[in-house]
Amino acid sequence: MTVALIFIAVLMLGSAATAMVLRNLIHSALLLIASWAGVAAFYLWAGAEFVAFAQVLVYVGAISMVVLFAVLLTRQNLDDRQPAEPASRARALAAVLIGASVAGVITATVLSTSFKPSAAEAPNATVKQIGLDLMESHGATLLIVGVILTVALLGATVIAATDKKSDPEDAQ
Amino acid sequence: MSALPPAGSFLERAPLELRDAVVQVLPVPVQWLAHHLITIVAVLAVFGLFFAFTTIAERKLLARLQNRRGPNRTGLPRFSILPWHLKHTLFGLSQPFADAVKALTKEDIVPAAADKLLHFLAPVVVVAFSLMTFAVLPFGRFLIPVDIDAALLYFFAAGSATELAIFMAGWSSRNKYSLLAAMRALAQLISYELPLILSVVPIVLITGTLSTQTIVVAQGNWSFGLLPHWFVFTPWGFAGFIIFLISALAESNRSPFDLPEAESELIAGHLTEYSGFKYALFFMAEYFGLTALSGLGVTLFLGGWQAPCAFLEFIPSYLWFMLKLIGMIVFFIWVRGTLLRLRIDQLTRLSWQFLVPLALINVGNAAFWSLTSGWSGPLQLVRWGVSLAVIVIPFIAMGRTLTAGFAPRTYRYAP
Repeated sequence: MTVALIFIAVLMLGSAATAMVLRNLIHSALLLIASWAGVAAFYLWAGAEFVAFAQVLVYVGAISMVVLFAVLLTRQNLDDRQPAEPASRARALAAVLIGASVAGVITATVLSTSFKPSAAEAPNATVKQIGLDLMESHGATLLIVGVILTVALLGATVIAATDKKSDPEDAQ
Repeated sequence: MSALPPAGSFLERAPLELRDAVVQVLPVPVQWLAHHLITIVAVLAVFGLFFAFTTIAERKLLARLQNRRGPNRTGLPRFSILPWHLKHTLFGLSQPFADAVKALTKEDIVPAAADKLLHFLAPVVVVAFSLMTFAVLPFGRFLIPVDIDAALLYFFAAGSATELAIFMAGWSSRNKYSLLAAMRALAQLISYELPLILSVVPIVLITGTLSTQTIVVAQGNWSFGLLPHWFVFTPWGFAGFIIFLISALAESNRSPFDLPEAESELIAGHLTEYSGFKYALFFMAEYFGLTALSGLGVTLFLGGWQAPCAFLEFIPSYLWFMLKLIGMIVFFIWVRGTLLRLRIDQLTRLSWQFLVPLALINVGNAAFWSLTSGWSGPLQLVRWGVSLAVIVIPFIAMGRTLTAGFAPRTYRYAP
């Protein structure tokens, strides 16, 4: 079991790390998808079948398409191997600051969480139980998340849809 | 395997007995491995052969539909070591094997500018994922490769990875026609994924499970020993089945939705730069996908391995499954030979404006059916009537509004 976990971890982290190093954006995106598939494999390893399949369906099936379409539609020249923007001191500083604060938050969370050595009882995680939990005790949360995602989707479409303004009167 | 009572006859259990006999011979440490390997090899062999004979059946049936004879010349090769030779051509039934040899020996051309690794990986990924979907189909009362709780979710998760492979194929070919066609194919697949999954939701709603084996068991029993309780014989089930069929046609790139390839109009879509065995792999994956979706349709709507009448139960369940599967495939071939190809705008409009709303209404219909399961006597008639009206009235109303101004066409000839 541990060997499988190490294998999955190497697959996940390795593909994620390679994705950051590569210059070719499509390769990076595909490796990111491989990393997501690794996450699904980890869920399977942990015995969370439902979450694993949902992960594959949502990330490998759908989000990957969004990422790939975004890359293809926004980048004019795919063979562009130069850095996209000239690096500047302010930009680097901002990147380091944001990275450090995210790392700080994650580290603080990890440190402040008390990990119990083992769960007292195996959780009852059949698909039916998950469905009942989602629909009954977390029904409102689910609805709110759905509304937020829909709003985000509509907003993205509005931002992305730049109609050519043929009439200058329409510009206002 | 399954938690059902061992009610089967010997024939019913024969494949399992055979596997267990082989497994028993081996030493204990490798028994679990052999157990799974035999299952995998059996599925590969059966559906590999099924694929081979689907291609020949398709060619022959299409030929008949077009008033031709189809391939009928391929006989057995002449082995020089044998003293005699079978002269009969066997109706050309060995054609798929000749095709396989041809595909294997053809030159494999990779464009110079192509992304070699992705160009190679795309057909591998598409075949691997389309084969994975077979793992959760219940082929018989005791025959299901993996009986998992979330089987339906697994099926669609495995199926969704083919989109990725199509993108990889189109992009790695470094050919603008390939890339454009891949984007079109993706637009089609994403559009039809939604009605496909929504058409399945009513089944989950009624049976309260995602396990394919439990869904088949829920379709057991007969009224008067003659009328099976398959879901296709309920108003919501019938509507769901039709939506499922249309979406399955589109998901497996079959005519009339074969726009991604459209061999007579586009060059070959994302397959333009593929040749030899890689092309054959894509072809194979397409048929595996079609077979798996047909198998899912049989499982969900046509009672899976259940016999249509009570007195026909002596025939083993896996034979019933295969019979229904062949029926579905022949139906798809018939559709291919009959209907004309759609335009891309018609295709997406059909999905988003017609199938998706109808599938959503159908989900509500199934909810009504589930809530009124206690009704009996004359109320049963009311239940059927309301359920039929809920799906038929929107169907007619939406059909009328969407085709308004398009039909009927009038043709005018110059005087």
